[in-house]
Parts: sequence; structure tokens; C-alpha cells
Amino acid sequence: MTGSDRPKLAVWKFASCDGCQLTLLDCEDELLGIAERVEISHFLEASSTDAPGPYDLSLIEGSVTTQQDVDRARHIRAVSKRLVTIGACATAGGVQALRNYADVADFQAVVYARPDYIETLSTSTPISAHVPVDFELRGCPIDRGQLVEVITAYLAERKPDVPAHSVCFECKQRGTVCVTVAHGTPCLGPVTHAGCGAICPAYGRGCYGCFGPSNSTNFPSFIPLLRRDGMDTLDVVRVLRTFNTAAPEFDAASRKELEE
Amino acid sequence: MTHRGSRVLKVGSLARVEGEGALHLRMGGGEVAEARLAIYEPPRFFEAFLRGRSYAEPPDITSRVCGICPVAYQMSACRAIEDACGVVVDGQLAALRRLLYCGEWIESQTLHIYLLHAPDFFGCDSAIDLARTRRADIERGLRLKQAGNAILELLGGRAIHPVNVRLGGFHRIPSTTELRPLTDRLRRARDDAAQTVRWVAGFEFPDAGCDNDLFALSEPGTYAIESGTPTVMPAPHTGCLPPESDRALPTRTFGVHEFGAHVAESQVPHSTALHSLLDNRRHLTGSLARYAISGRWLSPIALQAAYDAGLGDPRQGTVCRNPFRSIIVRAVEVLYAVDEALRIIDAYEPPPHPYVDVPSRAGTGHGATEAPRGLLYHRYTLDSEGIVTDASLVPPTAQNLGAIEEDLRRIVQERLGDGDPTDAELTALCERAVRNHDPCISCSAHFLNLTVERT
Repeated sequence: MTGSDRPKLAVWKFASCDGCQLTLLDCEDELLGIAERVEISHFLEASSTDAPGPYDLSLIEGSVTTQQDVDRARHIRAVSKRLVTIGACATAGGVQALRNYADVADFQAVVYARPDYIETLSTSTPISAHVPVDFELRGCPIDRGQLVEVITAYLAERKPDVPAHSVCFECKQRGTVCVTVAHGTPCLGPVTHAGCGAICPAYGRGCYGCFGPSNSTNFPSFIPLLRRDGMDTLDVVRVLRTFNTAAPEFDAASRKELEE
Repeated sequence: MTHRGSRVLKVGSLARVEGEGALHLRMGGGEVAEARLAIYEPPRFFEAFLRGRSYAEPPDITSRVCGICPVAYQMSACRAIEDACGVVVDGQLAALRRLLYCGEWIESQTLHIYLLHAPDFFGCDSAIDLARTRRADIERGLRLKQAGNAILELLGGRAIHPVNVRLGGFHRIPSTTELRPLTDRLRRARDDAAQTVRWVAGFEFPDAGCDNDLFALSEPGTYAIESGTPTVMPAPHTGCLPPESDRALPTRTFGVHEFGAHVAESQVPHSTALHSLLDNRRHLTGSLARYAISGRWLSPIALQAAYDAGLGDPRQGTVCRNPFRSIIVRAVEVLYAVDEALRIIDAYEPPPHPYVDVPSRAGTGHGATEAPRGLLYHRYTLDSEGIVTDASLVPPTAQNLGAIEEDLRRIVQERLGDGDPTDAELTALCERAVRNHDPCISCSAHFLNLTVERT
């Protein structure tokens, strides 16, 4: 396909570290091939081209933290046939959602001498809190292989093949000895969404939950395991309240911990 | 074109930089009254939510400040917290940290050279456009970038937000056999990096100079990356040399624990990123500063490549103060990082344990390392339980903003002297000028909306 026959791809950024859009540029073997299949119409990090919509596929990185973000999310939804969020910020508010547990004015005062210059919402929320989203790709950061799968799936007009089971399955596939069973290392693998390839246990540490909750979590059974392996209440709360703190399952489990 | 008198130019969103920001130019009577780089990246409040976290967490958490240079955040955090706890990591563990950092330098600097900056020199919108006519060049860039990512993936677990870094060293260290396969890939990368220096050296560069103090770490005997002493090389205008002078001037140093006494951050109404001054003067960190301060310690292959590329010989006191030529310096640094990675792998002997213990204690610690974009400083205060009670992160882009604005003012002023440029011409010129400094504005420190106000 050539010229305007190709589907139009747009990549958008909200509050984030840029790591998930960088994942697209990190597809060194696929990047030029993808660019031949799609017309990159808006991708500020990589191109000065800024072609108007409508777009066939919009990828959004980052969370909503300002009123302008809310308006921009609505605009992007209106001009996008398919809207996919990429990464923990866009799907679960990101690490910046830690403000949701605090008074944002206190946060502003810590960082800025003149907090009155700063415009921000008191919360950091996922894109889906504001507009309908067609697919959410998890991860902090997202996995390169899964991103290529999602883009090619939407180009082929099929559903992406991205498994929803837990990291434990990936450890087994990789042949990694369970760090909890063998070493008593606290590990979030049983409640964390697959996708990373179970990297942390392969490197001798417990999973810290950067892909957010898996599709079926059993915190009442899981939390006692963390405690057995040496974590106290505050340790449990902190590990749940990091990169996917606003994911409903992690948020509820951490609140329950504090109540008990 | 006739002179149009006063005007204001606004660039709404700058492309090919990491993050989001805007530029506002106000001009009147042939003079640039104001050049303002506004960061509209929304604040993310890292320094606030680090309070109350355990001292082991900042290396993982602060890596999320920036997906383009997560290792820099991990390394500065480790150094600062280890400093607070009175622990020094040395020997092969320090060498492995430097190897990981070399991977990030190769990946991140090559990203900037090929995907963000080079298209400017061909009048293209993106590297993908450039690949239509220069496919072999862009493929070489992607291959080189991939070599950097290969180091990050092997040693760090993944290229973005590596998982293997911890206080005191690593969760798991590689065996000699595991590292060995990187060697063949890096040898190819060394050829690609040398070719990159030759490629970018052939670009056309406008004459320009920057009269800012240059600020980087120095560590005699090596090109400072993951450790060193803060070092300042004053601007030529403080002596009797012109701003574009290529002569090194005597440097001064101070301890990293004195960073806060010398580098003062202040807030400006137009930006969510803080601006900073070094001893009350504008300063510039990054490739130009590092090359001026540590250039003599480059490896022979990198020194020769720099010399052949027309950068002079830093052993004879030659520096480069032309921001447009920063792409050559960056390419030399990539060549050095590949060469250095090969040297580290060649000399590698697995240490007895993946990390040294870092017992917590109350106190304040300081850490600075050379992120690809410049000096990145962290400071943490811990209580006796090892909980962070205060954190300060000073990213390079926030330090460079004042120097970038001055660069913009100077470049637009010079252009006005050559006639009356259109807004489109000014926008293209300003975007190039900003990209010269490889700003990373996710650190909100992000890019460019230009507004020009002609009053």
C-alpha cells in the first residue's frame, strides 16, 4: 500500500516517562517495516509530521493529570477509529497516581516554591476513566513483542493475542525455579498480569507488579504469603502502591491492608 | 523581504524531543526581547511521593522519571543512598555498573543522533522519511542502537526500566560465558559507531558558539560516566576569548555533597521544570561539557575518530563550543562507550557476590552521574529506619534550560541580522537549536510549541 491508502497511526503522550512510546522506537528490527505498513500521522517524539485525523489507530501513553488532558483525551477519542492505551500510566494512572492518596497541595509544596504556578488535577487517572478504550496494553514499560502484536492485530482487524494469566505461568514457561518456594522471596507473580516474560524471578528477585493485576487475583490467600516471607503491613502497602497503584484490585487490597 | 518590525512567535509543540514543551519569542525593533522555553509537561511529583518509601526503592521508582535514561536515575539513586549509608561499591561490581551505563549511552545517544537529530540536517520530518533515501544509514543506526539495548537486556533484564539494579550492586551477576556473546555484536557496533562519526562529521554546520560555563563530572584517568567530581569549565567571555573559542580554560571542582551550595534551582512562571544556575551563572551539561572536561581520557580509537572528524585534539586543550556540532561529539561518545564496553567485558571476572550489603542508617547522601543528556544529581535523607524523609532530583535538562534559552536568543538575533525570517523559518531554526541539546522534558523536566510575539 502506498500514500494515503495506508492506515493512519497516531501516538499520543500524557503524563509519563516516554518509555512506552520509546518501546516502538526500540523495535529496531520491525520499525521500518511497520512504517511501510502504516502512515505515521502523529508521533511527536519521532516525527515533525503532524497530519490531521481521523486516525485508524491511536496509541496513548500516559495518565490524565490536568483538565487539558481530559479535553485532549476526548478529542483523540473523537478522531480515532481504534484507541489503545499503552503502559501502566495510561491503563492504571501510573506511579504519579500516588497523589490520589495525598493532598495534592502538599505534594506541590514539596516540589515547587510557587505551587500557584502549577496547574494540576488532584488525581492521576487512566484514559479509560474519561473515554471508552478499545484495548489496554499493560506494563511499566510495555513489552516490545506485545506492542508489535497489538499493532499488527489492529491492522489485520483482529483481536490482539495477549494472554491475561499471571506471571507465574511465564516463570514456568521460562523454566525459572519459583523464588518464593525455593528462597522465601516475596513475589507478586501470582497476582500480576503476564507480559514481561517473568524477568524479575529470572534475575533472582521477586516480581514487583509492574504489569498490574492479572485477570483473576486472590488477595485473601496471597497476602499471608507475603507476610510469611517477611513483609509487614507497610511493606505490603508500598509494593501494591507503586507503578499500578490506581488499578482497582491493587488499590482495594492496599486499602484493606491499612484497615486491618 | 522587508523588515516587519515587532512580532511574537509561538511554537506550539516541538517534535523529536523527549517530552512536551513550547517556545515563545518576543521581538521588537530588530531585537529579541525574550526567548522563553516553556515546559508544559505536567508535574509528576516524584520528590513528594518518594517521602515515606523504603531506602531500597528509589532506584526502581526514579527510573520511571525517564524511559530514555532509566539507568542514569538508577545509578544516581544508588550512589546517593549508598553515600548516606557509608557504602562504596567498587571493583568488578562498579565495572558492571559502568557496562550497564555504556549500554544506555549507546542506545540513548544513538536514538538522538539517528532518530531525532539527523533528520534536521537533511530537511526531513523523521528518520522514517530519511530512510526513504538513506536506508543503509538508518539501518546502521538501528543496528547500533540495538547493540546498546542488548547490553541493557542481558545485564539489566530489559532495555527500559531494567530490573536487575539494586543498592550495593545487582540482584544477579552474569557469568563470563553469558557476557561473551555480546563481544561479537559489540565489535560490529564499534565499526558502525566509527562509521557514524564519519557520517555526521560530513553534515553542514552553521557557525555558532555558546558562552555558558560547562559542567560535568571528572575522574582523572577515565571518561567520567557513573562517578566523578563535579567540575566547571568557565565560559570564554569570562577571560579574553570569544564565545566560539575552542580553547579549554582552567577548571574548578567541588565535592558532590556541595552540589546544593553551588547549583540553585528556581521556579519560573512559564514552566513546570525548575531552572537552575551554577554559582549564579548559566551553565550547560551534556556531551559538549563532558568532551571539554574529560575529552583527554577518551580511548585511542575515540580520540582518533574525534580528531579525524575535525573536533581537534582534546589532549591539546581543544574543546567544542558549537552546539550544532554536538551530534559529532555525541557520536564520538557512542564510539567510546562501545569500545569501553568491550574493554570491561574483556577484563570481567565475576565478583564473589552480586552485591555488597548496604545497611540503612540515618543521614543524607548525595550522588551524581553522567546521564546521556548531562549531569544528574540525587540527594536523599533517611531516618534511622531507612525511610526516605526528603528527596531532591536535579535532572540535566532543568539545568540546561537557561543555556538553551540564551542559545535561542542568540541564534534568532543573528538570523534577524540577515534579514526578516518567516515564522516557519524561525520555527525550524529554533527547533534545531533546541534539539542540539537533546533535552529530555519527561524529566519535567518535555517539547516545542513556538509563539513569536512581534511588538
